[in-house]
Amino acid sequence: MSWQSVIGLEIHVQLLTASKIFSAADNTYGGAPNSKACPIDLGLPGVLPVLNESAVKMAIKFGLAIGAKINQESIFDRKNYFYPDLPKGYQISQFEKPIVGEGKVTIDSDSGEKTSIRITRAHLEEDAGKSTHDMFENETAIDLNRTGTPLLEIVSEPDLRSAKDAATYFRTIQELVKYLKICDGDLSRGSMRCDANVSIRKSDATEFGERTEIKNINSFRFVEQAINSEIQRQIEVLEAGGRIERETRLFDEVKNETRSMRSKEASQDYRYFPDPDLLPLRISDELITEIKAKLPELPDQKKERFIKDMKLDEYNAGLLCKDIDLASFFEAVVKQCGEPKMAANWLITELLAKINREEISVEYSPISPSMLGEVIKKIKDDTLSSKTAKTLFESLWNEPGDPNERIKSLGLEQIDDSSALEEVVNKVIKKNSDQVEQLKNGKTKVLGYLVGQIMKETSGKANPKKVNELIRTILEL
Amino acid sequence: MDDLNTVIGLQKSLRNGQVSSKEITQDYLKRIRSRDKQINSFINLNHEVSIGQAEIADKMIAKGKATALTGIPIAHKDIFCTKHLPTTCGSKMLENFIAPYDATVISKLENAGAVLLGKTNMDEFAMGSSNETSYFGPVHNPWNPSCVPGGSSGGSAAAVAANLAPCATGTDTGGSIRQPASFCGLTGLKPTYGTVSRYGMIAYASSLDQAGPICHNAEDAGILYSFMLGFDPKDSTSIASEKYFFALENNKNASKFENLTIGLPKIGFQTSELDTALSEIQRVLEGLGHKFVEIELPNIEASIPSYYVIASAEASTNLSRYDGVRFGYRCEAPKNLQDLYVRTRSEGFGEEVKRRILTGTYALSVGYFDQYYLKAQKVRRLIARDFQTAFADVDLILTPTTPSTAFELEALVDNPIEMYQQDIFTVPVNLAGLPAISIPCGFRNEMPIGAQFIADAFNEDLLISVSREFQKVTDFHNRIPSSSR
Repeated sequence: MSWQSVIGLEIHVQLLTASKIFSAADNTYGGAPNSKACPIDLGLPGVLPVLNESAVKMAIKFGLAIGAKINQESIFDRKNYFYPDLPKGYQISQFEKPIVGEGKVTIDSDSGEKTSIRITRAHLEEDAGKSTHDMFENETAIDLNRTGTPLLEIVSEPDLRSAKDAATYFRTIQELVKYLKICDGDLSRGSMRCDANVSIRKSDATEFGERTEIKNINSFRFVEQAINSEIQRQIEVLEAGGRIERETRLFDEVKNETRSMRSKEASQDYRYFPDPDLLPLRISDELITEIKAKLPELPDQKKERFIKDMKLDEYNAGLLCKDIDLASFFEAVVKQCGEPKMAANWLITELLAKINREEISVEYSPISPSMLGEVIKKIKDDTLSSKTAKTLFESLWNEPGDPNERIKSLGLEQIDDSSALEEVVNKVIKKNSDQVEQLKNGKTKVLGYLVGQIMKETSGKANPKKVNELIRTILEL
Repeated sequence: MDDLNTVIGLQKSLRNGQVSSKEITQDYLKRIRSRDKQINSFINLNHEVSIGQAEIADKMIAKGKATALTGIPIAHKDIFCTKHLPTTCGSKMLENFIAPYDATVISKLENAGAVLLGKTNMDEFAMGSSNETSYFGPVHNPWNPSCVPGGSSGGSAAAVAANLAPCATGTDTGGSIRQPASFCGLTGLKPTYGTVSRYGMIAYASSLDQAGPICHNAEDAGILYSFMLGFDPKDSTSIASEKYFFALENNKNASKFENLTIGLPKIGFQTSELDTALSEIQRVLEGLGHKFVEIELPNIEASIPSYYVIASAEASTNLSRYDGVRFGYRCEAPKNLQDLYVRTRSEGFGEEVKRRILTGTYALSVGYFDQYYLKAQKVRRLIARDFQTAFADVDLILTPTTPSTAFELEALVDNPIEMYQQDIFTVPVNLAGLPAISIPCGFRNEMPIGAQFIADAFNEDLLISVSREFQKVTDFHNRIPSSSR
């Protein structure tokens, strides 16, 4: 009997509000240590939290996007624990009554099917600061800039059955929050992080096995690695006749293994209770309706439209919709050139290749949507051949500029002029009498060779269609 | 300068140019220097700041831009954060703490032109009923220096009673304005929860803490309160309450204050001397056309235990921020993080604070939460309901403020349970979030006795009005300790 893994994720999403969740301090990333922490973030005596309205709206937006119930009354609780980068000695979070209730998202499962992953809840809370232990000898440095950054913690049911699906789910949530413009989705800056709850059971079992929690995973690759190594560890323990202990574990990226952080027995009592500084959060029907009306097109809806209206195939449409920036880029190119299929092909085969090689995101592409749109237009009107178009693309990538001017400066226009072409065609025919003979004897394959020679002579600028016609005319085929 | 010790009195003298704010302020500072050694009512003073503010006030008065408070010196309980003076909260933990901001109460009163006279002594983190838990030493009652002034706003009350300040601010979580006002022969108003901003006021128990004035009489208290109240966007629990102004200044509503029905709750233990004083106040008010009825507050006896569970629970987490990491006291040479926390907090907090942190931590722990914290919250709702039921029939409720007059220093220090019983009449009011006032209503062995009026939420106007009426025909509030003259 084989083992089945059961996984649930808790994803922390930093919300893109202008200010912190309970203070007016700047909520942007980075800056000199402690330069973005006001008295409220510092937990000075006497100061009080005031809830950021836009964080609430973003949470509602997310809830509506996953078809969840928005709890019209939710409560902020204090989660009490001592740590130097937690200034108040408690984190303001939502415990029993979160703002977002049950919802679901659909992922493209590893099994090849679409799988629905249930989301238990999503709640608002504040982020803690950062402790750095290797900056000063025997001392810990604390940066409280991150303190009070609004977080939406999205908790899934244990509906995931493989590490790969877990990573796919994480990516799906990333896509979604970027679509909703509530998070930049930048894992390298910690804008999204997750904890994974992992257990295994025999494939025919109905009960779940004891689970462990892997804390603070900050990349898609590590999600997969950490969960796989934990599954492997659990299999080894159980097959050796051992027992899985409920505990919190950390993933060691270097050794590719998880190790115990604290056991359940040593687990902390957070002494949750409603924060008396904040009243229950009440959300009106009007606000929900208002946010619902302004909800942007979601990834699945966009994909469907690309297939239906733009006649893209399922694969290309899916690929373009994976990333809101790519999808928007695509739509801008189409707007410029009116050729969705060509735009999709150019984006996926040329632009994405470049972007992936240079590891930049599409928004930093040196070629703008209007440049690419113009290139496609010039292919369409026969100014460019696919070869010259690639030369132009390469040139624009290295040095962005006006495509039409570049065509001129590089002399990339197709040679359409029959008399100019005739000269070259005659020259090639003269040089290749053997092949001409074969062609005349009905070996039509040779035609391609001759066209190729002419293209070579003209550095790819000849219009292949015209060349074809000319050869046929001259040789009276 | 005997008649200069009230806000109203000083206001008149300032307006008619008889005296300047600078002169008044200098006079108070001089008296504090010479007399506060015996009382110990102030923790920190800053002459330069006080005189500077007084000079600005004098200019405003000269320009005719004075408010009712312009130029009036005020002593602030050292729980309100001030940019210009340290804010200690009566604790070693904050001995050298200077906030980079003013509490909303401080800035509101400063904007009205009041002069910051100094920061007054208090029970450590407002935890106490005798002002003996202060790290800066106990405060002595001006009526009898061997007695306590009450707490936790003991320094504020003692300063006003000793004529070291004409008026003061205090905070009241379970009686901390009313009980010291009562012990010192003063008028102390605890407003409806939420009407005065808590921003910059160091938290003890957030759902109960409320700032208010301590003055010689109800008229002064009403003036101070009118400048303290108001919605504050920095405090999510604050409420807009402008009703107080409308009611007092609009004569059309005058009938609201006439022929009141006042409830007398049947409470188990009222000691005889306080009964006598209450009968006296009852007689006077009946003479003014008000009538008295007996009422029931069935759950009142449960208020002390539920108060100490809720207040301690909130305090236990409110005080977590004092960890030696960012500000305040830090122990010498901590060996590691655990050591830093343990020694900083063991050395920086006093006994009573530690007792309440431990109690509160216990009450919030898994396995005890339902039994203590949740149960206490249920009792709290029952008590609030008792009051609602009562206010269906009466306009006001009258009780003694305290079970006895001021007790001797150290009398209850080793008996926390009996000390907590001090708050039996005041605590239910905080649990229900209601406004109440304590006014002097008699003397026993030359020590003042206080009576407490409780009103329904936002009816501060009723409290001030009935107290003013009583004070128009009595003179308990005009008496000052012989040592203060």
